[in-house]
Amino acid sequence: MTPDLHLWLIPLLPLAGAAINGLFGKRFSRQAVVAVALAFCGAAFLLALSIAARFSSLTLPHTEQLATWLRSGNFQIDFAFYLDQLSFVMVMVVTGVGFLIHIYSVGYMWEDTGFYRFFTYLNLFMFFMLTLVLANNYLVMFIGWEGVGLASYLLIGFWFLKDSAASAGKKAFIVNRIGDFGFLIALFLLIKHFGSLTFTDVFAKIAPLSPETAGVGLLTSIGLLLMFGAAGKSAQIPLYVWLPDAMEGPTPVSALIHAATMVTAGVYMVSRSHLIFERAPMAMMVVAIVGTLTALFAATIGVTQTDIKKVLAYSTVSQLGYMFMGCGVGAFSMGIFHLMTHAFFKGLLFLAAGSVIHAVGGEQDMRKMGGLRTKIPWTFWTMTAATFAIAGFWPFAGFFSKDAILYRAFQSNWIYWAIGVFTAFLTSFYMFRQWFLTFFGEYRGGKDAAADHGGHGHGGIHESPKVMLVPLVILAILSVCGGWIGSERFDKFLSPVFHPTAVVQEAAPSAPAEEGPSEGLLTSVSIAAAALGLGLAWLLYVKNPELPGKIAASLGAFYTAVLNKYYVDEIYAAIFVKPLVDGSRRILWQTVDQGVIDNTLNETADGARDVSDSVRHMQSGNIRSYAGWVAAGAAGLIAYMVWMGTR
Amino acid sequence: MVPLSYYLVLGGILFACGITGFLIKRNLITIFMSIELMLNGVNLSFVAFAAQWRALSGQVFVFFVMVVAAAEAAVGLAIIIAVYRNRETLNVDRVNLLKL
Amino acid sequence: MLHLIIFLVFGAICVAGAVNLLVQRHPINSALSLIAVMVSLAVEYLLLGAEFVAAVQVIIYAGAIMVLFVFVIMLLNAGEEERTRGSKVAIVIGIPGMLVGSSLVAWVLLARSGASSVEAGALWGDPKSISRLLFHDFLLPFEVTSVLVLIAIMGAVVLAAKPEQGQQTREEA
Repeated sequence: MTPDLHLWLIPLLPLAGAAINGLFGKRFSRQAVVAVALAFCGAAFLLALSIAARFSSLTLPHTEQLATWLRSGNFQIDFAFYLDQLSFVMVMVVTGVGFLIHIYSVGYMWEDTGFYRFFTYLNLFMFFMLTLVLANNYLVMFIGWEGVGLASYLLIGFWFLKDSAASAGKKAFIVNRIGDFGFLIALFLLIKHFGSLTFTDVFAKIAPLSPETAGVGLLTSIGLLLMFGAAGKSAQIPLYVWLPDAMEGPTPVSALIHAATMVTAGVYMVSRSHLIFERAPMAMMVVAIVGTLTALFAATIGVTQTDIKKVLAYSTVSQLGYMFMGCGVGAFSMGIFHLMTHAFFKGLLFLAAGSVIHAVGGEQDMRKMGGLRTKIPWTFWTMTAATFAIAGFWPFAGFFSKDAILYRAFQSNWIYWAIGVFTAFLTSFYMFRQWFLTFFGEYRGGKDAAADHGGHGHGGIHESPKVMLVPLVILAILSVCGGWIGSERFDKFLSPVFHPTAVVQEAAPSAPAEEGPSEGLLTSVSIAAAALGLGLAWLLYVKNPELPGKIAASLGAFYTAVLNKYYVDEIYAAIFVKPLVDGSRRILWQTVDQGVIDNTLNETADGARDVSDSVRHMQSGNIRSYAGWVAAGAAGLIAYMVWMGTR
Repeated sequence: MVPLSYYLVLGGILFACGITGFLIKRNLITIFMSIELMLNGVNLSFVAFAAQWRALSGQVFVFFVMVVAAAEAAVGLAIIIAVYRNRETLNVDRVNLLKL
Repeated sequence: MLHLIIFLVFGAICVAGAVNLLVQRHPINSALSLIAVMVSLAVEYLLLGAEFVAAVQVIIYAGAIMVLFVFVIMLLNAGEEERTRGSKVAIVIGIPGMLVGSSLVAWVLLARSGASSVEAGALWGDPKSISRLLFHDFLLPFEVTSVLVLIAIMGAVVLAAKPEQGQQTREEA
């Protein structure tokens, strides 16, 4: 019998922290705010660790029910939490990386006036994210889904007095909602056809169904709609446009929400619904295509960006594309593996970028950086580890997960693999471009920028305080060692979730009985691609720094298009936003609201006024006219009575 | 024998004259007297019907009408005196302070 | 026969007095015409057999109420009626209304009354019968009207009293 693990505490502890900081934080000292926030977040992490310690003794999956939420006939939804290997991995990643980022934020946000507000929102986010990953049914997951969108909006627009930040928060929330619409329709379809939203119920009903091959059946529709929702949350085509704008938020927010946890919610949701996708081959193909194309698309944009955080944002979109590629070819556990390693190195990349920005006094343009490796050594070395990890060099973390995905992609269709390898080359290129531009060469920032240092008081480029460096170091260690568990062991760990009875695909890592290139050959190709990227970056940014400008000039219009993100935002604005806004203004506001509703009320009031204006002439003060009216009225009454009498 | 209808017609004529005077005369007291004329016309109808059906209640009702008419005349004339004191005129068209 | 002649003669006096009330310009003339109407009405009542009512008509109506009217006319001494511009409504709406109302009432009464006639001579409305009715069946209305008269007295005294010395008379606006 599995003991009561108090799973409900894991999400609710951060919620308590958010409540305390939110209600009273304004009056607390900074130290008190930090104590509250770190205590509750850390407690959740410790609880997760304690579950990890006794993990082997638990019978999984393990459900804990808190209360019944709603019940309508046979349909019931509970507030219940669900622990299996998949949610365990997610909980560890979220609480672990989340806790580290909390610690980092103490240093990064120390000077900010909204200090307590920041930690309130961070804890609130943790609550929603943990609800999302621990839910035992789609509806409680949807609470978490919406909630992390809300927390993202609050945190992106944290410096809400800045117009661009407020707009970015709004854009993120609205684009998320568009995806949520798809998610909701999928939920409605599930309720209608399967009568339940609880994972165990739904998957038990779906398991005996055979895969849909012809046309768009029920499961395919559900799968496509779920993917649409995931595209909104995890920034895939066509709903990725909010993520680059989200860089307006503070850097720890970018690290936590837009790299490590929230954007991975889509991947988690698709993996959780793997039974649906495995029986809807067309939906899976769509997932793989969307993921692959997004990976390539975002990588090409990342090559041209000059803002240190924007490069990382497009990189995140691209890496998420890899995860969806993995899910789309059936390698769900590999997608989750890449999710985990990505959390480590992308989180580290953002935090280190924040450290760099802090060091140069707020400058984010890489063209104004350079030669920083001697001045901020700790940041340099940790960021180096992360850069090698994301490029996919052995033995860093990213290598194992990315390679596993590419191998499985090759087994499905060599085109996915080819695009994936090319994207890996681009990834390596732009990451090392960033590395070289930031840390090597001469410092191009100008004396006053460094000296001014954003009004800190102490001038010059300096290393970050220890409270920011310790999380960097921990994440760097994880970036190096995080992949050593190996894709096979990881897959075996998650197999009770993804291959419970081994009904569907048996083409697991145990039997690569294919003709054609072996795994070793493919691995060498990936490493070669990564090395090529490194070499090209060195060539263009260290050896011949004037070369990039010439190449850009020769590419002309194409380069400008890529630089401007292929004008996707402008296209969306023209097709969707402008007609909606104009339609709202002309039809809904001017015609309906002003014309119909306001006018009706005004006309009614005017009518009442006009009627009384004409009636008031009866009250003339002239007694004789009163007498006349009385006589006429009496005549009328008599007539009425006579008429009644004759009836 | 005088048919009942003759009495009723006479009462009706008195009533109509009363209303006409109420409408066209300008002196307050004359208007009042027209009201009394109306009451008299009604009294005649009552007594005529009482005579036709030998019901004495008709005559008792006339008695009450007269009492009320007396009370009304007393109070009304007192009001007219008060109005005359304030407005120095008995012309009903000049008593128009309630004009909007 | 005699009944009819007396009815017609005194009926003519009634109508003539009523019309004269409308035509005269000085209120005192109208008051005197009204007295004539009332006295003729008393004769009509006698013809209908209501001797008590006829007596009360002369004593109260002609003898008290009209005397009061004459008192006030002479007290106020307002003089002849002026020709002021009155109200169009009274003429345009009131007169037709009056005509409609009266004709309707007359039509109803004439339709209901049938061809019955009233005999003359029998004075059956004697004080004894009336008082029996008044103090048995109509005792409550009788008492209430007594109270009404009391209130009217008090009201008339208050309304017509001269303002006290030392008290400001209100100026009109």
